[in-house]
Amino acid sequence: MTQSTYQMLDPTAELSSERRARRSPPASLDGATIGLMSISKERSLEFLDTVARRLTARGLKIARFEKPTHTKPASEAVIQAMVERCDVVVVGLAD
Amino acid sequence: MELVAVVKRDCKTCRLVEPVLAQIRERAPLALYSQDDPSFPESLGGAQDDTALERSWRLRIEIVPTLIRFEGEKEVARIAGWDRAEWERVAQQSRLGPGLPAFQPGCGSRTQEPGMPERLALAHGDLRLNSRRIDVADPEDAIEVAYDRGWSDGLPIVPPTPLRVAMMLSGTTRRPDEVIGLIPPNLSECTVEKAAANAVMAGCRPEYFPVVLAVIEAALDPRFSMHGLLATLWFSGPVVIVNGPVARRIGMNSGGNALGQGNRANATIGRALQLVIRNVGGGLPGGVDRAVFGNPGKYTFCFAEDESDPDWTPLSVARGFKPGTSTVTLFHGDGVQGISAGRSRTPEGLARSLAMGLCAVCHPKLAEWAGAILVVSPDHYAIFSEGGWRRTEIEAGLREALRRPGRDLVQGAYGVEEGIDPARAEEMVDKFNEGALLVVRAGGRGGLMSAVIGGWSAQRKKLEVQPVTREIPT
Repeated sequence: MTQSTYQMLDPTAELSSERRARRSPPASLDGATIGLMSISKERSLEFLDTVARRLTARGLKIARFEKPTHTKPASEAVIQAMVERCDVVVVGLAD
Repeated sequence: MELVAVVKRDCKTCRLVEPVLAQIRERAPLALYSQDDPSFPESLGGAQDDTALERSWRLRIEIVPTLIRFEGEKEVARIAGWDRAEWERVAQQSRLGPGLPAFQPGCGSRTQEPGMPERLALAHGDLRLNSRRIDVADPEDAIEVAYDRGWSDGLPIVPPTPLRVAMMLSGTTRRPDEVIGLIPPNLSECTVEKAAANAVMAGCRPEYFPVVLAVIEAALDPRFSMHGLLATLWFSGPVVIVNGPVARRIGMNSGGNALGQGNRANATIGRALQLVIRNVGGGLPGGVDRAVFGNPGKYTFCFAEDESDPDWTPLSVARGFKPGTSTVTLFHGDGVQGISAGRSRTPEGLARSLAMGLCAVCHPKLAEWAGAILVVSPDHYAIFSEGGWRRTEIEAGLREALRRPGRDLVQGAYGVEEGIDPARAEEMVDKFNEGALLVVRAGGRGGLMSAVIGGWSAQRKKLEVQPVTREIPT
């Protein structure tokens, strides 16, 4: 019996994401800038305002970010700004 | 000058012209090709073997017999089938085929057999497919290989062989390497070829492919927010409604069991979109797809609207397209909730009855939140219709019946914490935002029932998340 070759076309985007090791959390928050990212979902500000008050009370530096709507991904500009300015980011997801 | 003739034994007209070919060859150089049997025609000592059809393909033969005259490399005259006057003109010879009828149509060239144009285009480099080719040792394993590679939604797929993908591409005039758009969540480029491979896997026929392409493009419209729909915790997935002549042409179901199983076009068009999101976009359950439950419609959810009543304004026309235009409308929908309403005999009463069912969407006490599709059955439509109600009146009647006192809906009312802002207690509040309730007709006769397809909670952001309608180019 002859072995016939059967071919399929790859239906995927044929891309493989680069896997990078997650950066380990800083040993200390001293001097760190903490980003607070709102996805603009109901009540995420309530949560993030509380976090901001508590972190500020501890003398930490806060930077606030938001994307205009939770229904769409954050823009490159918002993500880039967080990368440039923050050491740690807290994201307020969900309700 | 050189003459070329292409014939096949399995063609009565080719056998008829055998003596003509002998006549021609006595007077001029004639290259003869046989598509099925090189020993034919015997009286000329056979023909050159073109059973692989390469020469026929290069000569773009559609009918046999075909006679062509070349001057050097250039084709200057051609006749397909038998037509004495034309053969004499092409061959530049007179008195051909005495005793034959003046005219007899030819037969189809073997290059035109189903699947053959695509097979030959692939074999001879006229169609280049750029996707990586994956070898499968045994065809029996192809479906398992697809599972192993993560290409399946859980159901078996049709293996996307180069020939099947080429045949799918024959359903469109668009180039295989044309980029349709960036598919979320990975924002990967989707070419027409990748869409075709996924449409094959979904089980589509080539004639569905223009619909599939329009569905993908509608899903990529920023107003639709496909990324968010994929990522949501909520049940929703894309629901596709097809309008216009294409629905009948490809045999879609808008009648009995329109929202159910059993129709190939309904089943596979919706599935093709989901496979594109999965395979090209990388959208996987448990990955960016965070659905708490999902719903069975996330395998596929696609149906056609019943446009059989000329007095009914189809959804596409209500959404601004000309009558007779084929369109797809994409909505972010959940499963189906039935409404039993068997006692209403007036349009007003029926509208109020259906509105009560619609109020359950998302939560009975939420308002201006998720939208919905109301699928009106033929028997319910008959009640509206007999009362003189068409789309405009039905939508107006529903809107009125869906306007409720805020005090019944505020948080805490009736001992239920869920609800609207207490500040709105004195207002009359609409259940749905303007444009968020789509009324369509579908279904079979025999039941005083209609169907609600609840929407995505993010539709409350009416500027950011909207149903999208797109024309299917013919």
